[in-house]
Amino acid sequence: MMETMTKVPLKDNSTEDIKYKLIAENISASYDGIVTVKNVSMKFRDRAVTALIGPSGCGKTTFLRCLNRMHELTKNATLTGKVLLDGEDLYSNKVDPIINRRKIGMVFQKPNPFPTMSIYDNVACGLKLNGVKDKKIIDEVVEGCLKMASLWNEVKNDLKKPGMSLSGGQQQRLCIARALAIQPEVLLMDEPASALDPIATQKIEEMIQELKKEYTIIIVTHNMQQATRVSDYTGFMYLGDLVEFGETKQIFENPRNEITAKYVQGQFG
Amino acid sequence: MISVKMKKGSSITDKIFKYVAIGAATYVLVIIAMIVINLTTGSAQIWQQEGISFLTGSDWNSVEGRESYGAAPYIMGTLVNAGIAMAISVPLSFGIAMFLSELAPKLLRTPLAMVIELLAAVPSVVYGLWGLLVFRTYIQNWIEVPLHNLFGDQSIIFAGTPFGLDIFTASVVLAIMIVPTIASISKEIMLAVPNSQREAAYMLGATKWEVFRIAVLPYSKSGLIGATILGLGRAVGETMAVTMLIGNATGAAAFPSSLFAPGQTLASIMANEFAEASQGGLHLAALIGVGLILFMMAFAINVVAHLLVSKVVKSHEGAVLA
Amino acid sequence: MITVEQRTEFRKHFRYNVGRRLVLDKIVKGAVFVCVLVAIVPLIAILVNVFSNGASALSWEFLTQVPGAVGSDDPGGIGPAIQGTLVLIGLSSLIGVPVGVMGGIFLSEYGNNRYGRTVRFFNDVLAEFPTIVIGVFTFVLIVLTFGDFSVWAGSFALSIIMLPIIMRTTEESLKLVPVTYREAGYALGIRRWKVVFTIVLSSARSGLVTGILLSVARIAGETAPLVFTILGSSQFIQDFSGPVDALPLRIWRLSSLPYDSAVAQGWGGAFILIIIVLSINIGVRYLFLQKKGQTLLKFRKLGSV
Repeated sequence: MMETMTKVPLKDNSTEDIKYKLIAENISASYDGIVTVKNVSMKFRDRAVTALIGPSGCGKTTFLRCLNRMHELTKNATLTGKVLLDGEDLYSNKVDPIINRRKIGMVFQKPNPFPTMSIYDNVACGLKLNGVKDKKIIDEVVEGCLKMASLWNEVKNDLKKPGMSLSGGQQQRLCIARALAIQPEVLLMDEPASALDPIATQKIEEMIQELKKEYTIIIVTHNMQQATRVSDYTGFMYLGDLVEFGETKQIFENPRNEITAKYVQGQFG
Repeated sequence: MISVKMKKGSSITDKIFKYVAIGAATYVLVIIAMIVINLTTGSAQIWQQEGISFLTGSDWNSVEGRESYGAAPYIMGTLVNAGIAMAISVPLSFGIAMFLSELAPKLLRTPLAMVIELLAAVPSVVYGLWGLLVFRTYIQNWIEVPLHNLFGDQSIIFAGTPFGLDIFTASVVLAIMIVPTIASISKEIMLAVPNSQREAAYMLGATKWEVFRIAVLPYSKSGLIGATILGLGRAVGETMAVTMLIGNATGAAAFPSSLFAPGQTLASIMANEFAEASQGGLHLAALIGVGLILFMMAFAINVVAHLLVSKVVKSHEGAVLA
Repeated sequence: MITVEQRTEFRKHFRYNVGRRLVLDKIVKGAVFVCVLVAIVPLIAILVNVFSNGASALSWEFLTQVPGAVGSDDPGGIGPAIQGTLVLIGLSSLIGVPVGVMGGIFLSEYGNNRYGRTVRFFNDVLAEFPTIVIGVFTFVLIVLTFGDFSVWAGSFALSIIMLPIIMRTTEESLKLVPVTYREAGYALGIRRWKVVFTIVLSSARSGLVTGILLSVARIAGETAPLVFTILGSSQFIQDFSGPVDALPLRIWRLSSLPYDSAVAQGWGGAFILIIIVLSINIGVRYLFLQKKGQTLLKFRKLGSV
């Protein structure tokens, strides 16, 4: 079933002119005194999907949360390093984190729609927050984002219903629509399909392929098949280190590092 | 929960044990029923004498031969007193709860929460003593006199000679007393909002306040209303501190007219006049009747509060209260 | 689908207002901070006043003597009030603890039905009743019937205040005991009542003790119900069927007397009362609650009521 999906090829495959949207430099992070990310540097290509894989506890989620300054909201969190979005440091003191968070959308491991809001309001609330007042524009964006999250056909007649009335997979797609509504440039996904059944997972993966045409997508996953299916680049993290980073095909078919090889062959994890 | 069924041959001791447990639980219902019955019979005399005018009248005269009782001023006094106290304490409590659940650095959070919880345990009579001996002077000199001088007797709510023992002082001390209760319950309700909700709002680029408004407040709304109503129930029934500070007016004079006039609440009239009422007399029946009115009010308030609260518990798992 | 052109169009409508929003954020934070200060200052002032004024009134005579004649040179002490409070706590626990624990056992072990929910609901409502109503009720039921204010009447009234607190904390702590413990007992062929009394109650011991202690702290400071049931006295207890003094009642009486010595004694009484109440509350939190993080909430709620 999953094999039917075709991966959308990258637009310009000439390695000459690669644009990097997001660059993480020397990120180290800890919480509660435990260092979970150790001096990781990574470049994320524009309009491509980058997967972060590794056994649980390897720091991939923490690293992802450093990319939109979400990690610092965790209790007792510390962080060093730089994250450059289009060359600008997210962690510079001059910029308030709220300005950059909205440029970098995030989808969480478990669907977390706002339970008291309707489907429509869930998507619209980010717009209202950011000062969009024109009702027509809001309607358009809500419809467009629900379509992009391939949820529109299922909910177009029930926009007033509470977001919690949807199934788990639909809720997750609603959360994706909510993240897309604020028109981000980068989309971070933290194991977006881990709580979903295979059909819902497939829908999300197809959607990622669609979104790739316009977004820089970074996805954390523990599912290696999923990484091969959706991503162009893969980073393998182990015990807080970035062990190997490269094109997905190379990482899975021809890993340079011994640990990577063992992991992708399923020998541990 | 416990799905273990009793085995067929459950012994006689098991049965006795079960019935003793049922009996103990039933005791609660019996007590509540007996409260209703006893207050009704104890006050029957006054209802026969005064009828509905016990609720609507404002005379309060215990001189023999001219006895006349109406509780309307005290009902009003209770509502006004509790209302002012709520108006002061609810915003303060929500502020504290928000500080503790959203803003406080971890180092400050635990001790501050602890202090607030301990203050909820301080007995009412101690608040009353402090209000009478310490706070009264401050409130009189710093707030009442300046306001009175500024607005004078023409203004209705600041009329009367500020003496420090009046509706205003009683309401403020009452507010101070119920802040810890409402604040600590509200804090627990806000903390019960899952972090994933806050993260979703942060992700949209929300400021702390916007996160609170979008993610925390709607999620905890009915719980916060429940906490407020529980606070109201306590404010209505609070006796000692109010009795010591409200100035003890009776009859029509106890109608709350000015903030700086002495008043009386249902609870305080009972505590104040109980010692003067002779057994078997109409005065005593009137005080018990006041007790019945207070019971009805508190009962209604608490039933509503607990219904709201149990709804919270059902709808969002984890947002537990009492 | 949203096209690139549309997206550019949408972006034009975003007025991020970041500056204004951050200012609003700061204002709200400032307001919240002011709330904390405004509320904390009087609360701290109460503790400071009680401790500084109360400590100077303390002496052995103060704690053990009977009160002197009103307005006389010798203010005497508050011995009867302390004795009365201790006796009242003891006697009301005799009713409140067993009934409360058994009721809690019912709610936890047999209460998963309509009747259980009804009892639980009214128990919660009873926990929030104005205590003066319970005082008036006891007055009608006991004092009027037997013709005198008494230790019995006071204890009965206080036991009604204890009961819902103990019942609910018992239920909550019993529910924390894993079902497997009970099943292990049944598997061994132990009778249900024995399983509850030996295995379940002993596993939930610290929760039970916590609930009982917190209810004791609560009734130690109750004044309103005592006004109607024990009247107050200036003598040590002679007869359990007669009037008796209690600490909170004595504080109230002293506060209304126009003598400096009486006021000083009032502070002294408040000091002792607050020491009793706070030491139980702090002690309980440190001894028992730290182990059971999750249940803290419920204990707190009922205990600090």
